[in-house]
Amino acid sequence: MSKINLSVNLCGIQLTNPTILASGILGTTKALLKRVAENGAGAVTIKSISVEPREGHKNPTVITFEAGMLNAVGYSNPGVDAAAREFTNLQDVGVPVIASVIGTQKEDFVRVVEGLSVQKFSAIEIPLSCPHTPGFGLLAGQGTPQATFDITSAVRKTTKLPVFVKLSPNIPEICTIAKAAEDAGADAITAVNSMGPGMIINIEAQKPILSFKVGGVTGDALRPIAVRCVYDLYKAVKIPIIGVGGISTGRHAIEMMMAGASAIGIGTGVYFRGIDVFVKVCEEIRLWMQENGFGTIKSIVGAAHD
Amino acid sequence: MIEQPTMVKICGILEESPGVKTFFFKLNLNFEPGQFVMVWIPLLDEKPFTVSYIQDDLLGISVLKKGGFTNALHSKKIGDTLGIRGPYGRGFSLKSDFNSCVVGGGIGMASLATLVDRLNLAVEEHLGNVTIIQGARTAAEIVYQNRFRDMKLCTEDGTAGIKGTTVDLLRDLLEKQRFRKVYACGPERMLYKVVELCKGRGIECEVSLERYIKCGFGVCGQCDCSGQRVCIDGPVFNREELSRMEDFGKIIITKTGERIIH
Ligand SMILES: Cc1cc2nc3c(=O)[nH]c(=O)nc-3n(C[C@H](O)[C@H](O)[C@H](O)COP(=O)(O)OP(=O)(O)OC[C@H]3O[C@@H](n4cnc5c(N)ncnc54)[C@H](O)[C@@H]3O)c2cc1C
Ligand SMILES: Cc1cc2nc3c(=O)[nH]c(=O)nc-3n(C[C@H](O)[C@H](O)[C@H](O)COP(=O)(O)O)c2cc1C
Repeated sequence: MSKINLSVNLCGIQLTNPTILASGILGTTKALLKRVAENGAGAVTIKSISVEPREGHKNPTVITFEAGMLNAVGYSNPGVDAAAREFTNLQDVGVPVIASVIGTQKEDFVRVVEGLSVQKFSAIEIPLSCPHTPGFGLLAGQGTPQATFDITSAVRKTTKLPVFVKLSPNIPEICTIAKAAEDAGADAITAVNSMGPGMIINIEAQKPILSFKVGGVTGDALRPIAVRCVYDLYKAVKIPIIGVGGISTGRHAIEMMMAGASAIGIGTGVYFRGIDVFVKVCEEIRLWMQENGFGTIKSIVGAAHD
Repeated sequence: MIEQPTMVKICGILEESPGVKTFFFKLNLNFEPGQFVMVWIPLLDEKPFTVSYIQDDLLGISVLKKGGFTNALHSKKIGDTLGIRGPYGRGFSLKSDFNSCVVGGGIGMASLATLVDRLNLAVEEHLGNVTIIQGARTAAEIVYQNRFRDMKLCTEDGTAGIKGTTVDLLRDLLEKQRFRKVYACGPERMLYKVVELCKGRGIECEVSLERYIKCGFGVCGQCDCSGQRVCIDGPVFNREELSRMEDFGKIIITKTGERIIH
C-alpha cells in the first residue's frame, strides 16, 4: 500500500492538508480559528475586515434551505484596529492564517493590509465579489477587470505576503477578471464567493426572510457552478486556484481539485457536517486516494482536464 | 428542528410582571430545557428567546421589555403572528434523582422554568428535591410567583424576600443544605460567582450564557466565548467547560464582533 500524503504547498505556504476555512464562517476570533485548526483545517481565513467597524445587516442574516444556505451578514466586523488587537500571536492557532480584507475603494484595502501587517498572517485574501453588501464587492463595481487590476495592484505594492483574489461566480467573464488579477501580481485565485443574490420568501408571512431581502447562495446549490468556474480558470491562469463552493465531503473536495483547485475552502459545510468537517473531509480524501491509487494531492489537481 | 421561520399565531398573553409578558402559541417542537428559539418579526429583526412553558403543543416565551425588538413584541395582540425557528443549542443535562438548586437572576428565570417543571416531576416521584432561588431588583419584577410556590426570593431593595443577591442566598443555603447540582441563568457576573461557589464545594454546576446571536446554528462566529459557540456548543456549559473558557465572566462580543471587557 502506497503512502498517502495530503500536504500542499500553496504559494510557498506549507499546508498539512488542502482544506481551508472559508472567510466569514467562524473566523471572528482567534479562539475560534484555533478551534477550527484543532478540527483538522490545513489553514484558516478570518472574517473579512474593513477600515471602520460595521454592524452588518439586521437578523435574519443567515438561513438554511435544502440545498445550502442564503446569507446577507453585511460584513459585520470590528474594523482594522480591533482586528489587529484580536489576531495577535497567530502561531498559537497552529496552522497558517489568511487575512481577508475588504474596502469600498482601493485606499481602504491598503489601509487594512497595513493595519494588519503588525500580525503574522500568512496571506492576504481580497474578496471583490460579495453580492449583497452595498459599497463593497459586486455592488461597488469591484467585479470588473479594471477595478480588479487596480485594487490588486494597490494591495500587491503594500505587502510581500501572497495575495489571493476572491472572485464571484456570477460573472460570465470570470477568466478575464482572473487574468486581470494575475497581471496585477496576484499569487492565487480564490473561486468562488457566494452566488446570486438569491431570495427565500416565507409564504405565510408573505415576506422575504432575510432582513436584507436578498443574500448570497452557498453550499450544495453552488457546487456545480463553483466546479465549472475552477475548471475554466485552470485553463485561463497559471497561478494556483483555491476552490470554494459547496464542499462538505472528501468526494466534493476531490472533484474540485480535479477541476483544477490546488486547495479547497469550506464554509457552509461547517453547518451540514459540523465543525469537524475538516477532519472528516481529509479522512475521506485519504481513503479515496488509497482506493484509487493516488499518493499525492498534486496528482489529483487538474486531473479532469483533457 | 425547524430550519426556516414557521409562522405561529399568538393564542394567549400572560402578564408576568410589569416588564415581562408571556406569549403562548401552538407549535410542535422537540424542546429541551436550556435550548432557545429564534423569534422573527418580519421586516424588523429576529432574536433569541428560550421556551418558558411547554404544555403539550402549547408553548410560551417570556419576554422582558428591553429595546426595540422586545418593545415590538410587547405590543403584539392575540391573533398576531410571529416566526419561530429552532430549537437550537445544547440545553441542561438533567440529573433529576438528587437534590438540586436552581438559581435565576431577573429574566434568566425564563430559561430555567421548563427545567424546574422537569425537576418537579421527579420530586413528585420522591426521587429528589429542588430548591428555587429567584433574585430581582424589586418585588414587582419577580416572575412565576403563582407557578412555583416555594421560591426563595431576594431583591436589591428588600421589597421581597431577603435584601441581597442570589449569590448571598445560595452561599447561606450551601452552609445548611446539601445539593448535588446547581443550575443557573442570569447576569454573567452572578453566574461567575455561582460557579466559583460550586467549585469551592465540589458541587456540579451548569449555567446558561448569553451572547449576541445571529445565525443560531454555529456558522457566523458572532457568539464566540473562548472558542465555544454559545448558540450551538452552549448556551448551557458546565463547570469544567467554563473553567477552560477565559472569556466567561470577563469578555463579551459586540454586534460588530469586537471582544470587549464585560
Ligand atoms: C440563548 C438566549 C436566550 C434568551 N432568552 C430570553 C428569554 O427567554 N426572555 C427574554 O426576555 N430575553 C431572552 N434573551 C435575551 C433577548 O434575546 C434580548 O433581550 C433581546 O434580543 C433584546 O432585544 P431588543 O431589541 O429588545 O433590545 P436591544 O436594545 O437590541 O438590546 C438589549 C440587549 O439585549 C441583548 N441582545 C440584543 N440582541 C440580541 C441578540 N440578537 N442575541 C442575543 N442578545 C441580544 C444585548 O445584550 C443588548 O445589550 C435570551 C438571549 C439568549 C442569547
Ligand atoms: C454566513 C456566511 C458569511 C460569509 N462571509 C464572507 C465574508 O465575510 N467574506 C468572504 O470573502 N466570503 C464570505 N462568505 C463566502 C464564503 O467564504 C464562501 O466563498 C462561500 O460560502 C462558498 O463556500 P461554501 O459553499 O463552502 O460555503 C460567507 C459565506 C457565508 C455562508
